[in-house]
Amino acid sequence: MNLGVLGINFAYVGSAALFIFGLKMLSSPATARKGNLLSALGMLLAIVVTLLSHGLDYRWIIIGMCIGGGIGLFAAYKVEMTSMPEMVALFNGFGGISSLLLAWGEFHQHPEMSVFLAAVAFLSAFIGGMTFTGSMVAFGKLSGKISQQAVIFKGQHLINGAILVAALAAALIFSLTPASWVGYLFFVVIVLVALGFGVTSTIPIGGADMPVVISLLNSYSGLAACAAGFVISNNILIVAGALVGASGIILTKIMCKAMNRSLANVLFSGFGTTTAAATGGDGPQGEIRPATAEDVYYILEAADSVAFVPGYGLAVAQAQHVVRELGDLLEANDTEVSYAIHPVAGRMPGHMNVLLAEANVPYDQLVEMDDINPRMDTIDVCVVIGANDVVNPAALDDENSPIYGMPIIETHRARTVIVLKRSMNPGFAGIQNALFFGENSRMYFGDAKASIQALVAEFKGSD
Amino acid sequence: MEAVFLTFVFVLAIFLGFELISKVPSTLHTPLMSGSNAISGITLIGALASVKTDSLGFAAFLGTLAVVFATINVVGGYAVTNRMLEMFKKKDQGENK
Repeated sequence: MNLGVLGINFAYVGSAALFIFGLKMLSSPATARKGNLLSALGMLLAIVVTLLSHGLDYRWIIIGMCIGGGIGLFAAYKVEMTSMPEMVALFNGFGGISSLLLAWGEFHQHPEMSVFLAAVAFLSAFIGGMTFTGSMVAFGKLSGKISQQAVIFKGQHLINGAILVAALAAALIFSLTPASWVGYLFFVVIVLVALGFGVTSTIPIGGADMPVVISLLNSYSGLAACAAGFVISNNILIVAGALVGASGIILTKIMCKAMNRSLANVLFSGFGTTTAAATGGDGPQGEIRPATAEDVYYILEAADSVAFVPGYGLAVAQAQHVVRELGDLLEANDTEVSYAIHPVAGRMPGHMNVLLAEANVPYDQLVEMDDINPRMDTIDVCVVIGANDVVNPAALDDENSPIYGMPIIETHRARTVIVLKRSMNPGFAGIQNALFFGENSRMYFGDAKASIQALVAEFKGSD
Repeated sequence: MEAVFLTFVFVLAIFLGFELISKVPSTLHTPLMSGSNAISGITLIGALASVKTDSLGFAAFLGTLAVVFATINVVGGYAVTNRMLEMFKKKDQGENK
């Protein structure tokens, strides 16, 4: 190892340390931004020292980086905060495909691989490929370009199983004879199978399960980078990839726990299509009590404490700014305002937090589910905005409910619940919600944004 | 032997990742995800190193394409994370914007 290569590798140690510090600083909102910058600095350091190595073809590198950088910056600054889940899915997919391409390029240039190298090249290409198409499907679903419904076809598990077996078989043949034309042929087969598998494994997963899928794809993209690191014997790829892989796994676990479902259940059950058919029609019924903007205004005006419970509907209606405005007016009226956020509210982990942060809601007003539930009895009014399953009491007391056992924000225990909803259509899981028929519930129908604007107008009119 | 050494690094990094990430509060899960996503663009390093002057046609093409995608991932990921984190404010900072 000559001095230059040694220097580059020591610089990589430095970047790894910066990544680790950066992630560590993400544990508090106060230091998070600096943490992200540190991590970016680590990346910059790694890129710069890599560019110093010998024999690189700078023409292509500069062209490639300019195109990529331009697209990345453009997308990052143009995206709406409500579209963040699909943006993350998209970037994630690009990470995956670059691992695939890297493995392919490496194999193309040095086909004389040991069995170990061939095996990791397979992993890099396969995980990278499925991350790419899987993320593209997730992107399509999240941005509404394809149906958010779970797409189920007959023999789905059989087909996915067969695809996996085929991939492993192709991998075996490829690992044994990478340098022959047979090996090359099978590598191409692996790539195609991986791309197909990404689609068939993501398409059966419905919209509200997207937080799990995005976390999982995030983890895959890290593991693909990791495998690519093994292929080119590069420690920094392995370390960074492993960090991302671990982070994705943890988020996946948190999301699954928040829905009281196993990962296998999320991935394979096609939740929402089967259950809706099974329970359709029956479920809790009763009298609903609609409220007008004026009614709601009087309830809120008299309240000492108000908790907003946002869900995906808030993002759809782009209502985060008006909610903040209403919150401010309530605070001016000496009402204690908080925002209770369910871990799987929205379409990705922390989705609601980002939207409210965009609307300038201070993060100390955001309360987690486990913190608000114990003091729910003391809260005067809960305002549920575009959330449904995460506040459905059936999860607590109805053993037949498909969401039984899922932790919820127990809004039904508050003195009054105001539910903002467009209509009485059931939520994603297709389950009717007993909350709407509760003694203490009032339904306030309409588009979330328009409804809240009406409330804001009531408050301002009364001054 | 090198495989063992690399696996060592891998396993330790996974454990370190678990330790680091379990301390991140749920408020920051979205930025964590997009930030870690940007880190996974580290394949850019490998992609850059693979675009050599002696790599021919197809290999150069694959390498350049990998550079393009990985750069989108890295640049876009960090930029969007920074944009999000800028918005997280405490109560007394709330009115500064």
